[in-house]
Amino acid sequence: MAEFLRIAFAIAAKDIRLELRSRTALLSAIVFSALVLVVFNFARDPTALAAVDLAPSVLWVTFAFGAVIALNRAFYVERENAALDGILLAPVPRSALYVGKLFANLAFVGVVEAVALPLFVLFFNVDLGHALPGVLGVTALATVGFVAVGTIFSAMVVRTRFAELMLPVLLLPFMVPPLVGAVQVTAKLLAGRPLSEMMGWLRLLTLYDIGFVTLCILVFPAVVDE
Amino acid sequence: MDLDVRAGEMLAVAGPNGAGKTTLLRLLAGLMRPSAGEVRIRGQRPTRDDPGPRRAIGLLSHHTFLYDDLTPAENLHFTARLYGLTDPAGATRAALEEVGLTARADTPVRHLSRGLLQRAAIARALLHQPDILLLDEPFTGLDAPSADRFRALLAAQLARGRALVLVSHHLAEAWDLATHVAVLSGGRWALEGSRPSDLAAFHARYAELVHG
Repeated sequence: MAEFLRIAFAIAAKDIRLELRSRTALLSAIVFSALVLVVFNFARDPTALAAVDLAPSVLWVTFAFGAVIALNRAFYVERENAALDGILLAPVPRSALYVGKLFANLAFVGVVEAVALPLFVLFFNVDLGHALPGVLGVTALATVGFVAVGTIFSAMVVRTRFAELMLPVLLLPFMVPPLVGAVQVTAKLLAGRPLSEMMGWLRLLTLYDIGFVTLCILVFPAVVDE
Repeated sequence: MDLDVRAGEMLAVAGPNGAGKTTLLRLLAGLMRPSAGEVRIRGQRPTRDDPGPRRAIGLLSHHTFLYDDLTPAENLHFTARLYGLTDPAGATRAALEEVGLTARADTPVRHLSRGLLQRAAIARALLHQPDILLLDEPFTGLDAPSADRFRALLAAQLARGRALVLVSHHLAEAWDLATHVAVLSGGRWALEGSRPSDLAAFHARYAELVHG
């Protein structure tokens, strides 16, 4: 297990180093997330709907779009000079490659969310206050689920001609359960509702994470083998 | 096809475009699974669950397997970590020195010339001291002094008891090193055996086999 994690961390560290050098995907995802928030802010009619009613949906749509852009780069970097073959040649379990990519993607999407959340508070004038720990918790829970699925889809589409287009087409339907759960929990947190009202959704998010992370680890070797 | 290469031997494989030379190397490296038959490395078949046999393989491909935004040193250090080498920094230094790339160790790969890239790719293939070295058109992009240096490097690998499989359109570049030669045509051996002494006679036989 220690060897498995050592390899996964080496792959994640390499991806983070590559992204810090180029900064293309991360900056694009952050700018795109900010633009989504700006568009939502100016497109809504404040006399028809209170900001707090719309806020949870806007927050999670922003996170979802930002994540899709960040996830597109996951295996794209392995296309240059057939670098993926270089990793597959090495005596490493294929699933360690998946876990390494998952770690790196969680870091990238986490950064995008960390930038988008304060912008969301600013644009929608939402008082997170007491709800902040809960929002951060549900963000972590939902993000693990859709990034796990997005990472494997990123590997599946990387050899296709329109990978950037294929990823959202495949991923967005799978993002629906965690997004619905996260929106519901965020809305209740912002409304100051008790934890007991959110437990069903939190169970769904936890099961989604466990189920899909396990499934993706098991399926990934077949995805990358020719 | 059957293929048997022993320690300290080099099989040089020639063949026309599309004969299956690169596919052969990808099968041997475990990057592709055969539709029939099996590949065994030291009698073991690499599987997803037991990737150990892959440790014995080094592949120099058409592609360099290098990340353009990392330096050769960073690329090799990452590779060393993948192979679980005990001293990744030391192995990286030694491999770069062996191919004469120490001076450019910290230059991003995207700024290297084709010849220097090929040297970095050679260093990557040799980094973990593989017992079996698979070489796909390895002289591509090398100038005459670099090609001479690379030939000396291959001779040293043979002297250390490594098994080499080289595929190329131009066997003349590695003719003196080869112990065996083969001609691949249409995915099958058209010719296989010990290296004849006369390269010109081999070329004539090759033309006869491939072009009829």
